[in-house]
Amino acid sequence: MAEEAAYLHFRDDSPHEEPAVTLDSFLADQSNATAVRVEPGDEARALIPHLDRLALIEVSFPSFRDGRGYSTARILREAGYRGELRAEGDVLVDQIPLMRRCGFDSFAPAAPIDAAVLQRSLARYPQPYQKAADGAVPVWKLRHG
Amino acid sequence: MYRYDEYDQSIVDARVDEFRDQVRRRLAGEITEDQFKPLRLMNGLYLQLHAYMLRVAVPYGTLDSRQMRMLAHVARTYDRGYGHFTTRQNIQYNWIRLDQAPDILAELATVEMHAIQTSGNCIRNISSDQYAGAAADEVADPRPWAELIRQWSTFHPEFTYLPRKFKIAVIAAEEDRAAMRLHDIGIRLTRRDGVLGATVFVGGGMGRTPMIAHEIRDFVTADDLMSYLEACLRVYNRYGRRDNIYKARIKILLHEIGPDEYRRQVEEEFAKVKALGIDPPAAELARITAMFAPPAFDPAAAGDVADRSDPDFAVWLDQNVRAHRQPGYAIVNISLKPVGGIPGDASADQIDVMADLAQRYGFDELRVTHAQNIVLPHVRIADLKAVWSALVDAGLAEANLDLISDIIACPGLDYCSLANARSIPLAQKIGERFADPARQRDLGELKLKISGCINACGHHHAGHIGILGVDRKGTENFQLLLGGSGAEDVSLGRITGPGFDEDGVVDAIERVTDKYLEVRETGERFVDTYRRVGMTPFKEAIYG
Repeated sequence: MAEEAAYLHFRDDSPHEEPAVTLDSFLADQSNATAVRVEPGDEARALIPHLDRLALIEVSFPSFRDGRGYSTARILREAGYRGELRAEGDVLVDQIPLMRRCGFDSFAPAAPIDAAVLQRSLARYPQPYQKAADGAVPVWKLRHG
Repeated sequence: MYRYDEYDQSIVDARVDEFRDQVRRRLAGEITEDQFKPLRLMNGLYLQLHAYMLRVAVPYGTLDSRQMRMLAHVARTYDRGYGHFTTRQNIQYNWIRLDQAPDILAELATVEMHAIQTSGNCIRNISSDQYAGAAADEVADPRPWAELIRQWSTFHPEFTYLPRKFKIAVIAAEEDRAAMRLHDIGIRLTRRDGVLGATVFVGGGMGRTPMIAHEIRDFVTADDLMSYLEACLRVYNRYGRRDNIYKARIKILLHEIGPDEYRRQVEEEFAKVKALGIDPPAAELARITAMFAPPAFDPAAAGDVADRSDPDFAVWLDQNVRAHRQPGYAIVNISLKPVGGIPGDASADQIDVMADLAQRYGFDELRVTHAQNIVLPHVRIADLKAVWSALVDAGLAEANLDLISDIIACPGLDYCSLANARSIPLAQKIGERFADPARQRDLGELKLKISGCINACGHHHAGHIGILGVDRKGTENFQLLLGGSGAEDVSLGRITGPGFDEDGVVDAIERVTDKYLEVRETGERFVDTYRRVGMTPFKEAIYG
């Protein structure tokens, strides 16, 4: 069932299948595309005028150590993007809960993810300390209403 | 003292469970060492030369006797009977077994302690002034603000894979006892028109390219602080360098784009972030502040020491005890720098003694200092003699605070896989050379700091006298620096010239201190004299 493990999807719709174009191509001459791929060094804010036309933004993680994509995700969600936000590449199971908090709702990890470990990870923390992109209620809000 | 509520406790408990699962997967071979490394580092677990090292967080250096006894228990049960207090106000254990690390975390969690983010490329333990709540010169207790930042930074989803580690210090006095401007972010609380706020400094740090933090914002209120810090971190996370580990700290970003451009980017980001509603309400800071209310001081406590007839006690009083803002009370510094000892080390029994003293005489509070000593912040002056006697019995009464033998030293090549040279034996030799207490007191305040490699964990750049161990063609070599300071007169030391072997650098230090005694003017500390006369006379004395 390796194929099933290749995508992790936390949305009601099904994964968007159209191949993503690079951010440069999208901005230069492929503005009709509905799927865009953002690399760690790309300026994600360049997509903000086009967000309502996009169905998929794929954020690339060439190395699990490179955390720029977490900021990319939050910036896109803060700008109002509602479409599929996919983390693709060197994505490890222990990172997925944090990525969910940053607004990712779809994952295409290069290596398969152990479903049982992931399930435990996602259920583990009862509440976060800080507000982020996932709507989880932070501790200070629980304390003070 | 801050006390966990059910939310804090559940998060720390969840972390224990998570780490247990991660260790299990590593031991079962389900994840590689490369994948495990950032996970264990985020929990303060390093692989050193001989064993694992576990670094336990002591948030802003404050702990109570129950927590201190737990540190002794861990030393006894899981290590070799001692622990090492660090320049980040934490404690680390050098002989830990991987399979026992989850059990240690579970024990720590029972006393509201953890090892969260004591390593890794994330926001580290928040450090602060060890005299917080006791010093006369503070505008407020900085620790509630540090706790607010601790909570915001704990498992921050966006800032857990930063370009490099990230250190924040919070102080609230003009006198800087926490090396605030040598942090990635330094915060100094200040009052403006009666309102408490923060002046924010960014881009300080030591390492191979030491820099002093720039003032980036003169005033941020508590209502905006988390949004402002989030903006500071986001700009760094996005634009900090990731191509070279030695250029990845935020100080390099500030150096490359300039503080004005960084400030502009942060303000732009702050305007967006502020709209997200991520700042806790004022009631949260008030809730935390209430837990740091002053202890129940006795207003009738006597203001002077009645009997100074024991000369050893009198010397200790003058050297290690500092004025408290409450009449009748004093701040006690317990030196972990006995002559010939390992700077910052304490045995499990000594840790227990300090816990007992805090409980009996100190409103149950202790502090760890960045200079690797322990503080009892609130002791009745009438109890000082009893405290001192107990410290004498435990081998903890060295009267050398801020003197040349009060050395900051990293673990060095005896433990650390990064080190080029052994810091500990050198610290011991210097301590022995200057063992005469009268000679040390004559030299006065002299902050000596030793790092066993260029990463500068021993703060050598900030030493009045600094020593850097390097590898020179396969042999240990020590460079000497003069004129640094981590205090409010912050400055970076300069290298004197060619390096020395271990005995050579001890001789060189003696030539430097002899020169100081020769040329000093009345009231000048070593670093004052250095600043007045410059490097040349010292260089001539060393290499002449």
